[in-house]
Amino acid sequence: MKLKSVLVLLVFTIITVLTGCEPLMVLDPKGPQAKRQAHDILLSIGIMSFIVIVVFAILIYVLIKYRASKQSPDYEPPHIEGNKWVEIVCVGIPVIIVTYFSFVSVQSNYIVEAKPQGYQDKEPLVIYASSSDWKWHFSYPEENIETINYLYIPTDRPIEFKLYSFGPITSFWIPQLGGQKYAMSNMVTTLNLAADEPGEMMGRNANFSGKGTAENMFNVTAMSEKDFDKWVKDVKKTAKPLTEGQFNKFLKPGHLGQMTFTGTHLDFSPAPEHHNSEPTKSEEGHEDHSQMEMSDHQGHQ
Amino acid sequence: MDFLDRFAVPNPSIAIYASMVAIGLTVVAIFAGLTYFKKWGYLWREWLTTVDHKRIGIMYLISALIMLFRGGVDAIMMRAQLAVPDNKLMDAQHYNEVFSTHGVIMLLFMAMPFIFAFMNYLVPLQIGARDVAFPRLNALSFWLFFFGAMLLNISFVVGGSPDAGWTSYFPLAGNELSPSVGTNYYMFAIQISGLGSLMTGINMITTIIKMRAPSMTLMKMPMFTWSSLVTNLIIVTVFPVLTVALAMGSMDRLFGTHFFTTTNGGMDMLWANLFWVWGHPEVYILILPAFGLYSEIISTFAGRNLYGYKSMVASMVIISALSCLVWAHHFFTMGQGPTANSFFSITTMAISVPTGVKMFNWLFTLWKGKIRFTVPMLYSIGFIPLFVIGGMTGVMLAMSAADYQYHNTMFLVAHFHNVIIPGVVFAMLAGLTYYWPKMFGFMLNERIGKWAFWLLSIGFCLAFFPMYITGLDGQARRMYTYSEATGYGALNMVSFVGAGIMAISFAIIVYNVYYSVRYSPRNISADPWDARSLEWATHTPVPEYNFAITPNVASSQAFWDTKKKGHELFSGELEKIHMPNNSGVPFIMGAIFFVWGFSFIFSLWIPAIISTIAILVCLVLRSFEVDHGRYISVKEIEETEIKLRGVN
Repeated sequence: MKLKSVLVLLVFTIITVLTGCEPLMVLDPKGPQAKRQAHDILLSIGIMSFIVIVVFAILIYVLIKYRASKQSPDYEPPHIEGNKWVEIVCVGIPVIIVTYFSFVSVQSNYIVEAKPQGYQDKEPLVIYASSSDWKWHFSYPEENIETINYLYIPTDRPIEFKLYSFGPITSFWIPQLGGQKYAMSNMVTTLNLAADEPGEMMGRNANFSGKGTAENMFNVTAMSEKDFDKWVKDVKKTAKPLTEGQFNKFLKPGHLGQMTFTGTHLDFSPAPEHHNSEPTKSEEGHEDHSQMEMSDHQGHQ
Repeated sequence: MDFLDRFAVPNPSIAIYASMVAIGLTVVAIFAGLTYFKKWGYLWREWLTTVDHKRIGIMYLISALIMLFRGGVDAIMMRAQLAVPDNKLMDAQHYNEVFSTHGVIMLLFMAMPFIFAFMNYLVPLQIGARDVAFPRLNALSFWLFFFGAMLLNISFVVGGSPDAGWTSYFPLAGNELSPSVGTNYYMFAIQISGLGSLMTGINMITTIIKMRAPSMTLMKMPMFTWSSLVTNLIIVTVFPVLTVALAMGSMDRLFGTHFFTTTNGGMDMLWANLFWVWGHPEVYILILPAFGLYSEIISTFAGRNLYGYKSMVASMVIISALSCLVWAHHFFTMGQGPTANSFFSITTMAISVPTGVKMFNWLFTLWKGKIRFTVPMLYSIGFIPLFVIGGMTGVMLAMSAADYQYHNTMFLVAHFHNVIIPGVVFAMLAGLTYYWPKMFGFMLNERIGKWAFWLLSIGFCLAFFPMYITGLDGQARRMYTYSEATGYGALNMVSFVGAGIMAISFAIIVYNVYYSVRYSPRNISADPWDARSLEWATHTPVPEYNFAITPNVASSQAFWDTKKKGHELFSGELEKIHMPNNSGVPFIMGAIFFVWGFSFIFSLWIPAIISTIAILVCLVLRSFEVDHGRYISVKEIEETEIKLRGVN
C-alpha cells in the first residue's frame, strides 16, 4: 500500500508540474468521493504508464536493431510461429494488472455510491436537484426553501442529491465534489456527496441537452454548518414564496439568473420517485392540475 | 407555400447558402462533364451496374474519401469555434448540427465504407475466389450505403441537419425537443445504409465460409480475411439491433408511438441501451479490419511471417464476444448501481488483454525482421505507440467510479479519437497506400506520403492530447463555447493548430494522388512491395476473374511460399469461367430507397407509399428473374493472360 501512495503522489506531482502548477479541477478534490476518484485516476495513470513505457521501449529497440538499412542485403528473417511461454507472459501480465484494477474498481464503485466515508454517522441533508432547459432547481425539503442555479451546502454533513429532469437527460456534475449522475424525467437517481472544506466550486450539466447546454451551470458554495443555518434563516426572512404559476414559467426553455424562494416546487409538483407507471399518471395529473391552478390564478386577478 | 416551407433550412447561415450554391454548381459540372465527354454510357455500363467486387470496392473507397473531407470540414469548424473563449463564429444551434453530422458522417459514412472498400476488394482475392457469394446483393449494399449517405448530406440544405448528437439520445431527439426534420434524416439515412451493411455482413460471411479456394483451410486464411470474417459476424449480430432501434425511433417521431418518450410508459434510456448494444460492437467492427490491415502490412515490411497467427485469431474471436458485453460503460452514470457498473467495468477492462496480445504479436513480428520504412509501414508503426496511449486511457475510462469524472468530458473525446484515428484512419491510409498499386497500377509517391504521415501524426498529437488535460479540468464535451475565466483557451488553441496541421496533411494526400497520377511510372510489377499473401499473386491490373486458375495454397502466406520455397500456386488447365451479369436493379433500388427515405423524412405519404410498392416490385421481379450469369471462354482468358503478362 505504501508503494501505491508513492505512485499516486508521483503521478500527481508530474501532472501538476506539466500543467503549470494550477491543479486540474478533477485532481483538486474537496470532498471524499472526489478524493477517491482522483486517487483511482492517478493510480491508473501510474500503472498504465508503466505498460506504455514497456511497449515504447520494445518498439524503439526493435526498430533500431532490425531496420533494413543496418542489415546485410542477404539477411533472411527467420520464420517463427510463436512461443508458448512468450504468449503466456503477454497474457499473464495484463491479466494480473486488469485483475488488480478490477478489485480497485469494484471497491470504488461501492464507496462512491454509498454515504461518503467519514460521514457515516451523520444525518444526510437531502437536496432535490432537478434540471429544466437550461437551469437547475435546488429544493431543500428539510429547510423548505428553493434556489435556482446556485447551491449552498454545509460542510461536515453528507449531502444526498435526488436528481431528476423536466426535459432531456442531463448530468449533474460538481467536479471537485465528485463525478456525475444522470437526471432523467421518469425516475429519481441518487448521488451522495460531501464537502470537506468551505469554498466556491463550479457545477454544471455535463450531458448534451440542446442549445443551452454550454451555459447550463451553477455555483456551489460550501460553508460551515453555522453559516449555512444563518443563510437558511436569512432566506426565510427575505425570500418570497414560490408559486406554481411562477414555477411553470421557469420551466420554459431559456436561461435564468440565480434566484431564491421559500417553499419548494415538490409540494405541487412532486418528484417522479416511484418510477415507470406511476410518474406517468402523476405527471399528467400535474399538467392538468397546473392548468387548473393557472386559470384559478387568473380568476383571482 | 406551407407545403414548401418544410424544405427550408430552419437555421440558415451564409455558410449554408454558400454550400447550396457549391453543391448546385458541382452537380451541374458533373452532368455537363459527363455529357460533353459522352461518358454516360461508360458510367452506366462499367460502374453503376457493375457487380464486380473490385469496382464496388473502389466506389466505396471514393465515397469514403469524399465523406472524410466532409467530416473533416465539420471538425475544423468545431475546433475553430472553440479555439478562443467566447467565440462568435457559430451559434449554439449551428455548432450542435456540426458536431452531430461530424459524428454520423465519420463513423457511418466514412469509416464504414472505408472498411467495406478493403473487404470488397481484398477478401475474394485473398481467398482465391472469383467474386463474393452474392455479387448483385453486394451492389445493392453499396447503393443503399451510397444513397443513405447522400440523404444525410442533403440535410443541411434541405430541411435542416440532425442536431441531437450522433448518439441522438431521447427525449432530446424526440418530436417535442427536436421538432425539425433533422433527426428524421438521422433515422432514415442510417437505416438505409445500415440495411446495406447488414447485407454486406451476410454476403461476406458466406463468401469466406463457402468460396475459399479448396486448399485454403480456415487457419490458412490471410489475417485480413480472418478479421473480415470476425467483423462480419459482429455486423450480423448487432446491426439488427440498430435497425429495430431506428425503426422504433422513427415511429416515435412520425406515428406518435411511445417507445422512447418520457410519458405514457416510454423509456428514454431504452434508446441509450439499444443504441450502445449496437454502438459499442460498432467500434470493433471498425477496428478489427484495421488490425487485419496492420497485420498484413507489418508482416510484409518486417520481411517476416506474422508472429503468433493462432493467438491473433483467438484474440479477435475473444474481442468480438466481449464487445457485446460492455455497452453499459457508455453510461456508468445512469444510476444502475455499483453491481451492474462493476460487471461492465470488468468486462471492459478484460478487452484490453486480447488487444494487448495483438500488440505484442506485432512487436514480435518486427523482432528479428528486416524493417523497411515505407509509407504504409510508417502508419503501422505510428499506430502502435499512439494506440497504446489510447488503450491506456481506455482502461482508465473503464474504471467506473473514476469514469464519473471523465464522462461527457473532453477526456472522453480525446480517448475515442486517440483510438479511432491511429487505429482506423491510419490503417485506412496505410491500406490505401499499400493496395494502391494493386488497384490502380501505379504507386503513390513515397516522399510526399512521408510528409503527410509525419504532419498527420504531429497534428494528431497536438489536436487531441490537450483535450485529456482540459477534460480533467472540467471542460464538458459538446459545449459550443466557454468563458475566458475557465482557462481552457490556451489548450484549445493548441488543438485548433493541431487540427489545422491535420487538414494540411490531408491536402498533401490529395496532392499526392494528383502528383502520382501525373508522374508515377506505370511499368511496375504485380508485386511492388515484395509482399506475402495471395492477393499479390495475380496480375496488376487484376483481371475481372481474379485468378485464371484457382490457386492451390499451402499456408497463410501463399505468395511468399511461391517466391521462396518454389511452391506451385497455379497448376492445371484453363477452364471457362462462370461470372455474374451486371445489373442496373441495385442502383435503381438504391435510388428508390432514397425517395422512400426522403418521403418519410418529410411525411410525404403518397410518394412514401409509391416508393414502398416500387421496392417490393423490385424484390418480386428479382425472385422471378432467370439469370444464369455468363461464361468467359478459355480463348478470352488466354488472350487476357498474355496481354497482362506482357505488361508486367
